[in-house]
Amino acid sequence: MKKVMMGNHALSYGAMLSRAQVIAAYPITPQTQVVELLSEMCADKTLNAKFIKVESEHSAMAACIGASITGARTFTATSAQGLALMHELLHWASGGRLPVVMGNINRSMAPGWSIWTDQNDSLSERDTGWMQFYCASNQEVLDTVIQAFKVSETLAIPSMVILDAFTLSHTYEVVDIPDKAKVDEYLPPFKPPYRLTPDDPHAFNGLTSPEHYFELRYKLQKDMEKVPALIEETGREYEKLFGRYLGLVDDYLCDDAEIILVTSGTAGYTARVAVDELRGSGVKAGNLRMKVFRPFPFEVVQRILKRAKKVAVVDRNISYGHHGIFAQEVKSALYGQAGDIPVFGFIAGLGGRDITPASFREVVDYTLSHDIPEDNILWIGVKK
Amino acid sequence: MKKEKKMTLTLPVEEYAGSGNLACQGCGAGLAMRYFLKAMGPRTVLCIPACCWAVIDGPYPHSSLSVPIYHCAFEAAASTATGVKAGLEMVGDDKTTVVAWAGDGGTFDIGLQALSGAAERNDDILYVCYDNEAYMNTGIQRSSATPYGAWTTTTPVKFFKNQPKKDINAIMAAHRIPYQATASISYPEDLFKKAKKAKGVKGTRFLHIYAPCPTGWKSRPEDAVKLGRMVIQNCIFPLYEIEYGEKYTLNIKVKDKKPINDYLKLQGRFRHLKPDDIQIMQEEVDRNWARLLKKCEAS
Amino acid sequence: MPKKKDAKKIVFQSADEMPMMPMSIGSMLYNKTGSWRNIRPEIRLEDCIQCGICWKFCPDMSIGIENELPVVDYDYCKGCGICAEECPVKCIVMVEERK
Repeated sequence: MKKVMMGNHALSYGAMLSRAQVIAAYPITPQTQVVELLSEMCADKTLNAKFIKVESEHSAMAACIGASITGARTFTATSAQGLALMHELLHWASGGRLPVVMGNINRSMAPGWSIWTDQNDSLSERDTGWMQFYCASNQEVLDTVIQAFKVSETLAIPSMVILDAFTLSHTYEVVDIPDKAKVDEYLPPFKPPYRLTPDDPHAFNGLTSPEHYFELRYKLQKDMEKVPALIEETGREYEKLFGRYLGLVDDYLCDDAEIILVTSGTAGYTARVAVDELRGSGVKAGNLRMKVFRPFPFEVVQRILKRAKKVAVVDRNISYGHHGIFAQEVKSALYGQAGDIPVFGFIAGLGGRDITPASFREVVDYTLSHDIPEDNILWIGVKK
Repeated sequence: MKKEKKMTLTLPVEEYAGSGNLACQGCGAGLAMRYFLKAMGPRTVLCIPACCWAVIDGPYPHSSLSVPIYHCAFEAAASTATGVKAGLEMVGDDKTTVVAWAGDGGTFDIGLQALSGAAERNDDILYVCYDNEAYMNTGIQRSSATPYGAWTTTTPVKFFKNQPKKDINAIMAAHRIPYQATASISYPEDLFKKAKKAKGVKGTRFLHIYAPCPTGWKSRPEDAVKLGRMVIQNCIFPLYEIEYGEKYTLNIKVKDKKPINDYLKLQGRFRHLKPDDIQIMQEEVDRNWARLLKKCEAS
Repeated sequence: MPKKKDAKKIVFQSADEMPMMPMSIGSMLYNKTGSWRNIRPEIRLEDCIQCGICWKFCPDMSIGIENELPVVDYDYCKGCGICAEECPVKCIVMVEERK
C-alpha cells in the first residue's frame, strides 16, 4: 500500500510494522509527530504496545532499557537536546547489549536555540556503541527501522535511525508500506538469550573489575565488526521480500568517477543534481551517500573511493578543533590505501542553512581547481 | 544441647539475601534488603541504581541475592523499573513485583525527577529508599537526606550541614500515590508487614526505610539496631503509612518521647554539636512530630 | 545456589567463555567474609532463651537455627556484634579473634 507521509510518520510506521512492544518517549521539536502517531496507533490497537509517556528523554531511554532487558521489543525517538540528555543511558543500552531502536531527528545543538538540521547531535554520540543509520528518504526511514531491529536483535547492539530535521522529518513523500505479514516473516519475534526474569535470576551490570571489563568491551567491538556483513545480508533478504535493497552505502555513478562527492542524509540527493550537471559537461563525477556511519563500513568505502582521483566530503557537522567528522573518517579509511587520494573536507549547512545544488557546484569548482585542499576545513556558505 | 521449646521466629525463615556480600559490618542496608525480600518472595525483580547495594550485592559475575537484579543508572531507578514492568507485561508476566531499590542520594537527589514522573503516572512499581542519610558508597558526602547538624566529608564540622533533612514523604504524598510507608530495620516485623502490604497494592508504592550506617555515622557496628530503634522512640523518624496522600496512620504512638541527645551521642557525626545546635535539632523534631500527629488526627 | 563449601570465585580465562551480557552466573558464597572479623560472637547456649532475636538481627545471614538453637556460621560472620548487643539475656559474648 502506498501512502503520502512525512518522514516522522515513516518512523512511526516502521516501529508499528516491527511490532514494537514498549515505546517510551518525550516530546521534542521536530520529533513530535513520531510519538503522536504512535500513541494513536497504540490507542486504536493498530499496534499492541505499551506507550510510556515519560517526564524526560533520560527516563525515556531508561524505560526502554528496562523494557528491553525483559525481552520486549523497544522503540523511542528524540532529537538534539533530548539525545544529549540520554547520553549516559546510550552507554547503558549498548554496554548492556540491549537492541533498542531509536529514531533521531538531526537538529542543531543549542545555544542559540535552533530547531533546524545538522548532525552534531547524533555524531556527538559516535562512540557510545550504537549503530547509526543516516536516511535520505521517507521510504528509507521506514525500511531502515525494520532492518535496524533485525540487525540490532541479531547482534544485541542498539540502533539509531537518523533523519534530517524538516528537510526529511516534515517533508511529505510517497512511501510504500510493506505488508505486515511479510514484515513478520522478515523480522521474527524478539527472543534474547538472556533476560530479566525471576524464572532465571541473574544480576545484570554488576560491578566489573579490570579483570573482566576489557573483555566485555572487546566482545562488543567484535560483534560491531559483524554488522557490515549482516547489513548486506539482511538488506538482500529485504530486497527479496520488498524489492528494495538496504545496504551500507548508496553509490551513484561511482564506477568510473574521477571525483566523488561523499555525503550523508538528505544532502546526498542534492549532490546528485551537481553530479548530473558535471556529467553533462563531461566531468566524471559520482556520489557516495554514506548510509551507515557506525560501524564505519571501511571495506565498501575503500573499494569505491580508491578508484577516484579526488574525494570531496561534505559535512553538515563539525568536530571543533578538528575537521568535519565524515571527512575525518573517510581520511582514516583511505589511509594506507593504494595511491594518495586527496580528500577535500567541506563544511556546509550548519544550523539548518540550506545545502543547495549551488553549494555543491562550489564544492566541485574548488575541488576541480585545486590539486590538494588549502585547508583542513573548506567552508561553504559561511559569511566569513 | 537440646531444648524443649521451639525458637521464636517472628519472620519467615526463607532467605533471598545471601552471605558473602560486601556490606560493611553492622550494615543497616543489608538488613533492610533481607527483611524486604522475605516479604517479597522469589517473584521479584530489583532495579538498583548506583548506591551501596550496587556494591554490596557483589562483583561481576556474582550476586548474593537469589532474585534477579538490573543495575541501572544512578538517576534512573524509577524509570528503569517502569520500563521493566511494561516489558514484563508485554512478554506475558504480570505476576512479578518490580522494585526500584535505591539509596537516599538516588531518591532524594539525583533520582527525584524519575521518581516523581513514575509516581505521577502511578506506574505499577514498588520504590524502596533505604536511607543512610548521605552518599555512603562514595565516601560519606552530604545528600538532601542528611540531617541538620551532621558531619559528612563535604560538611566538615566547622560547616556542618545547616539545612534540615528533605521531607521526602511529604513530596511523595503530594503525588497521591496509593500507598507509602516509613519503616526501620529495627522493627523488622513492621517492615515485613508494610512490604507485604505494598506488594499487594497496584500503582506506585513507596517505602522509606531507615538504615543506620556505622561506617558513615561513625557509630559502633553493634549499635546499628539500637540506633534504628532510638530514632522511632525519639520521634526523629516516626513509623507511619499514608494512603492516597491523605490517609495517615501512625504505627507506633510514642507516649514517652525521648530527647534526641542519647541518639546523637552514639554517633561520631554529631560529636561536634553544641547544646544550642542540639536545641535547634530538637525543636525541628518536635515540630515535625506535632505536624505528623495533626495529619494523623485529621485523617 | 551452589553449596557453600563448593562456591568458587569465577574468573573467566577468555572472552569466549563470557556470556554476551554483563551478568552474574554465580553466588557470592565464595567470599568468606569471616576473615573480616576482629571479634567473634560466642553463644552460651545453656542461657539461651530461644527468642530468635540474634537470628533476626544478623545482617549477614550468619546465624542459623539448628535443633531450635542459634548457630553462628563463622565462614561469613563479619563480627559486627549486633547479636551480642541485642541478646536480651546477654548469652552472646564477643571475644577477641585469635588468628
